[in-house]
Amino acid sequence: MIPAPFDYTRVATVEDAVAALAGAGEDGKVLAGGQSLLPMLRLRLAAPTMLVDLGGVAELRGVRDDGDALIIGAMTTHDEVVKHPLVREHAPLIAQAAETVGDRQIRHLGTFGGSLAHADPAGDLPGVALALDAVMSVAGPGGMRDVRASEFFVDYFTTALGPGDVLVSVRVPKLTGWTTHYEKFHQMAQSWSVVGVAAAVRRSNGSIAEARVALTNMGVTPVRAHGVEEALAGAPATADAVATAAARAADGASPLTDGVASAEYRTHLASVLTKRAVMAAGGL
Amino acid sequence: MTRISMTVDGVRYDDDVEPRTLLVQHLRDRLGKVGTVVGCDTSNCGACTVLLSGRSVKACSILAVQADGADVTTIEGLAGDGGELHPVQAAFHEQHGLQCGFCTPGMIMAAVDLLTENSEPTDAEIREGLEGNLCRCTGYQNIVRAVRAAAESMRTSVPSTPESAEAAEAGSRQGVTT
Repeated sequence: MIPAPFDYTRVATVEDAVAALAGAGEDGKVLAGGQSLLPMLRLRLAAPTMLVDLGGVAELRGVRDDGDALIIGAMTTHDEVVKHPLVREHAPLIAQAAETVGDRQIRHLGTFGGSLAHADPAGDLPGVALALDAVMSVAGPGGMRDVRASEFFVDYFTTALGPGDVLVSVRVPKLTGWTTHYEKFHQMAQSWSVVGVAAAVRRSNGSIAEARVALTNMGVTPVRAHGVEEALAGAPATADAVATAAARAADGASPLTDGVASAEYRTHLASVLTKRAVMAAGGL
Repeated sequence: MTRISMTVDGVRYDDDVEPRTLLVQHLRDRLGKVGTVVGCDTSNCGACTVLLSGRSVKACSILAVQADGADVTTIEGLAGDGGELHPVQAAFHEQHGLQCGFCTPGMIMAAVDLLTENSEPTDAEIREGLEGNLCRCTGYQNIVRAVRAAAESMRTSVPSTPESAEAAEAGSRQGVTT
């Protein structure tokens, strides 16, 4: 189907994007790679009156080293993220998860920032951003501000971004000394996660010093599995200890029942996949 | 209306388009590039795959205005000037990599993109690399075979380094088939 008509502007700077959105009011919408937005426009699930295309904003693209963190431009495509040497070295969890997004064609156009701003509960990158304590840099009518991942994802397809805001970049702390893994469970190639688990583990001698675990599609937003993290802190690095901790994966989560899976099944998957993710991340 | 210009299969086109026009509509309805087909129209099937500045994209999931200034290659631009098939096209033909043929333009464009990045993919990498393209006839076996054969023929026929180019040239001067 063909999208409903809209006005279109292609901007060259973040400043122009913010100005264009301010002019468009409530029904303006940012167009990043369009890999989620275009299907929604075609199905007429969304009908913005103005699209502000960020495709020509060079400053939004690329990855740079910022000392103890990486700065990933919001318009960096999944494909670029997956292959970027800095990402592979300092945030391999992002590269691993981004490689599971959609298919090659989608990864050539879809962007890292677009996935986060779209905030699909089944999207893989929001959970990863949450696990890594990423910080979003946002440009808006009032200037620039930072939003932590834990405050960025507020509801079903809803983030802390206002109608006049543009996600500029994402600051990802380097996890030196940690190892990570993203475990995705989906039913078919290219389909969305039924449940996904992002895990980061820091081992010390024979035990797990610290762990971070975030779950994809275990609620309307990604959630941290705090119960698992608490149980793993200081636990022996053994399969039994990980299994015991992983049993708490769904504590406090409110998974949805939809056409793909029941909440009960998702609760089961969360534990199974958390165990796998932590085992893989910890090299067990 | 928005003015756009793009190069499609080596020819530059300047057009005024409605912003909501999908790239695939623009290619088919305005430029007559009907070799690129619309399959599912939900960005799942990949039948509309084209190369945008050398990388595969689904032409049903990008607006024509987003491709402003880009270089687009469709299935119609793959064959040589004399009509000789691209190695991937030839391989799909020789290996029976199709039945009804509807997915074929997208399948071939996706395979071309894959082989640009990985000149020697394993069967698993071929399957993974073509996950964005659906075929409802073949069961994929012959498609994988075709891509494997294309990879092989491209590796042996395209000189990839100056040394191998020289060697190939020397070989052809001596009438040696490599």
